[in-house]
Amino acid sequence: MTATVAITLRVNGRLRSIEVAPHRTLLDVLRDDIRLTGAKECCLVGECGACTVIVDGRTVDSCLVLAVEVDGGEVTTAEGLARDGTLTPLQQAFLDEGAVQCGFCIPGQVVSAHALLAENPDPTLEEIQEGLAGNLCRCGCYWQISDAVIAAARNDAR
Amino acid sequence: MTSAPVGGSPQRVGGIARVTGQQEYLADIHLPGEGHAKLVTLPVAHARLVAIDASVAEALPGVQFVMTPADLPDPIPRFGPQFNDRPVLAVGEALYHGEPVAAVVAETREIAEAAARLVRVEYEELPAAVTVAAALAADAPLVRDPKLRPDDALASTNVLREHRYTWGDVDTTTADLVVEHDYSFPMVTHFAIEPHAVIAAPDDDGIAVWSSIQHPNWLQRILAQVLGLPLAKVRVHAPDPGGAFGGKQHAKYEPLVAFMARRAGRPVRLVLSLEETFQAVRRAAAEVHVRTGLMADGTIAFQDVAADYLIGAYADIADRVVGKGSYPGCGPYRVPAARIVARAVLSHTLPSTAFRGFGNPQVNWAVESNLTDGALALGLDPLELRLRNLARRGEAFIPFDTPADGDWQQAVHRAAELIDWFGPKPPGRGRGIAVGIKSGPTTGLSYATVRLLADGSIVVYAGTSDMGQGARTVFAQIAAQELGAPLDWITVVMGDTVVVPYDQQTSASRSTVLMGNAVLSACRDIQAKLRAMAARLHGLDESSIVVDAGVVRLPDRELSILDVLKPGLGRLGGEVVGNGEARKEAEPGHPLGGSAAFFEFNCTAVEAEVDRDTGDVTLTRYATVSDVGKAINPLQVRMQDEGAAIQGLGHTLMEHFIFDDGGRIRNLGAIDYRIPTSMDLPLEMISEIVENGDGPGPYGAKGMSEGAILCVSAAVAAAVRDATGAVIRDLPLSPERVWQALNEQSRVPEEVVR
Repeated sequence: MTATVAITLRVNGRLRSIEVAPHRTLLDVLRDDIRLTGAKECCLVGECGACTVIVDGRTVDSCLVLAVEVDGGEVTTAEGLARDGTLTPLQQAFLDEGAVQCGFCIPGQVVSAHALLAENPDPTLEEIQEGLAGNLCRCGCYWQISDAVIAAARNDAR
Repeated sequence: MTSAPVGGSPQRVGGIARVTGQQEYLADIHLPGEGHAKLVTLPVAHARLVAIDASVAEALPGVQFVMTPADLPDPIPRFGPQFNDRPVLAVGEALYHGEPVAAVVAETREIAEAAARLVRVEYEELPAAVTVAAALAADAPLVRDPKLRPDDALASTNVLREHRYTWGDVDTTTADLVVEHDYSFPMVTHFAIEPHAVIAAPDDDGIAVWSSIQHPNWLQRILAQVLGLPLAKVRVHAPDPGGAFGGKQHAKYEPLVAFMARRAGRPVRLVLSLEETFQAVRRAAAEVHVRTGLMADGTIAFQDVAADYLIGAYADIADRVVGKGSYPGCGPYRVPAARIVARAVLSHTLPSTAFRGFGNPQVNWAVESNLTDGALALGLDPLELRLRNLARRGEAFIPFDTPADGDWQQAVHRAAELIDWFGPKPPGRGRGIAVGIKSGPTTGLSYATVRLLADGSIVVYAGTSDMGQGARTVFAQIAAQELGAPLDWITVVMGDTVVVPYDQQTSASRSTVLMGNAVLSACRDIQAKLRAMAARLHGLDESSIVVDAGVVRLPDRELSILDVLKPGLGRLGGEVVGNGEARKEAEPGHPLGGSAAFFEFNCTAVEAEVDRDTGDVTLTRYATVSDVGKAINPLQVRMQDEGAAIQGLGHTLMEHFIFDDGGRIRNLGAIDYRIPTSMDLPLEMISEIVENGDGPGPYGAKGMSEGAILCVSAAVAAAVRDATGAVIRDLPLSPERVWQALNEQSRVPEEVVR
């Protein structure tokens, strides 16, 4: 129906060449074409953060980014954080601190928190709350999520 | 093992998949050859449907068909948990903004969406009743065709049912002070971050349905009913929901998608947008009139409560919400005379359904606020007034129901202490306190099967839905406690009606108690079999053997379970299977059909300050204390209590649907409908629990997870009042509303001066 564009992305370290319609979002491509479903679909207007991924070092709501805009870029999703089956200290801290209830928002939360720590390895509570304000959690695990980020930061510092 | 599994906080079962993005939620599942569905809805609330022309839509390449009521059995199948009132597709009239009148199946979601816009629906817009006042007006358009309820005295009104609970004689009881006010509670939506989704697929001579549903067995029953299939031919797969909060209890579009899949001859998936999800589930709004009679010393003389709950166009479970939610409406107090009249008022709005707290927060807001009002009018401390009236353990505070099942005073004292209730108040700050109570399940039935495999590892089958409460972890902890396996040797299977035994439902904070007891009894069944095995192996009498916490105690020594299991099973290996059951029978004649299995009790104490220029409320300290009997997993208890409190801050401070005169929701979607974020939290939040081992669940557990949402609003409003003097009786306490109240307050003296 629509003409497609060939794009190349590196997703979680793996090079992917995809034919994509120009109106399709990065979220569409991740979920439907690459079948990486860690980025979740919820509001589709960039308010909930469930689709957060990292593109070239910056977090984005992948529902708001056209896939063609990411051509040549490097994308990290929640699936790409753990290496060789070992959780990152941050992921482990999410479990230890009880930051995971239903879990649907968690891939986005973990990705946002991961990027936050990359930029600011020792954030204050206020910086964490502000940094993660774009990731909604209806189970209301916000305190536990902040605790997890703080614990992971301490762990890294050690 | 280093510590007992029960009472510890092991890593959540299913946690690794959730932090690595591997957890499969419904929309992550794809079936080969699936078609994509899209609902066709109207931009009005109430309409007479004249004709549907699907020809243009069906001509679009990639469209398989457009389903209309003409393609469904006649009369159209209707279903619901309480009444068979919701049609598979609207027929004759559409009754709320968002009600599907047709649906498309196409090769891709994009094509389905495009085709849905091409379906021409000819309709005539009709007047809509979207508020309690409009629905109860003498000339209100009737939501329910009176012909559908011929023998019902209320048929010519929009009242679906009236619930009346009385004891003592309110009309003749005297009081030193009567406090009488009106309160309103907003219409809010669940906003689970996972939008609702369904996949249906023909399954040989039956149907398989995947749904993010809380009650797979109830859905199975509904599908069997509308499709005319035996239960065994309806397989419901229920992957762990991505948040539910009551909104995913009952069938919504599953019957429609099942009919579409059968017609399509292939799997059909419907993944709702967040906007469509908003139009599928919400909490009932309520208008509550309270008259409280108090004696000068603060003793409650009577409570007279009239609550009108605005339910939607179809009942869903809303009438039960009204009946059960208003029933403990007088709170956990000794009330000599009470009259509670609660009405389920139909309206041209989307059907309201269960939502954490199940109808209690609405009445609690009003009654608890009225008590604070009364205390202040009498010059009493609102805390003291509550303690004076609070039921003591064993008191039948609601006549003929379960007596008070906790030392509730402990929670109240502790919550007050946590915010330094009696200490000096920092300037500009105010404090509020409130208590909440909710009846647990009134009936229940859960079966569980536990398999102890040859190597000592365990598979637990439990039909609860793990929607974030961590039920898998709790059941694994119980099995680990009883049978001695490490937690990572235990698998908990849920969510497949062909594989997992029946469970009535995942609701009313029941699962730890009812399913927990079923799992416990299945484990004890295995223990009995191990005892018999050990007796046989060692030539002992069974009665001389004890199996407990993973250990087999013979008269002269202790063996591990494996020491008995391996020789007991013999060369062929195999397994030991245990079955368990937990029931709470109905009680005929009880107003709710059964007494409470337990009560959830919570006390919330809040300190707040208010920005007088903006009306913005900041909660400086927030304490929530719940009586949980026994915390099988203290971390999961805390997560849920704090989560419930934060969810309660939503309807207290910011959330509400806004309708236009035609009944269209004006704030559909995440931009215009705000829920609490990490920036909306109290500056300090403390949650604690009271554990006296006095619940009916395993190891003395009670149900929990709803308690902490019950009285949030009354506690916060009391703190705002204490800080500013502003009395607000309508929720949410949005900055606009608070600012207005402060403004009106400050205008009064000026007028006096003039």
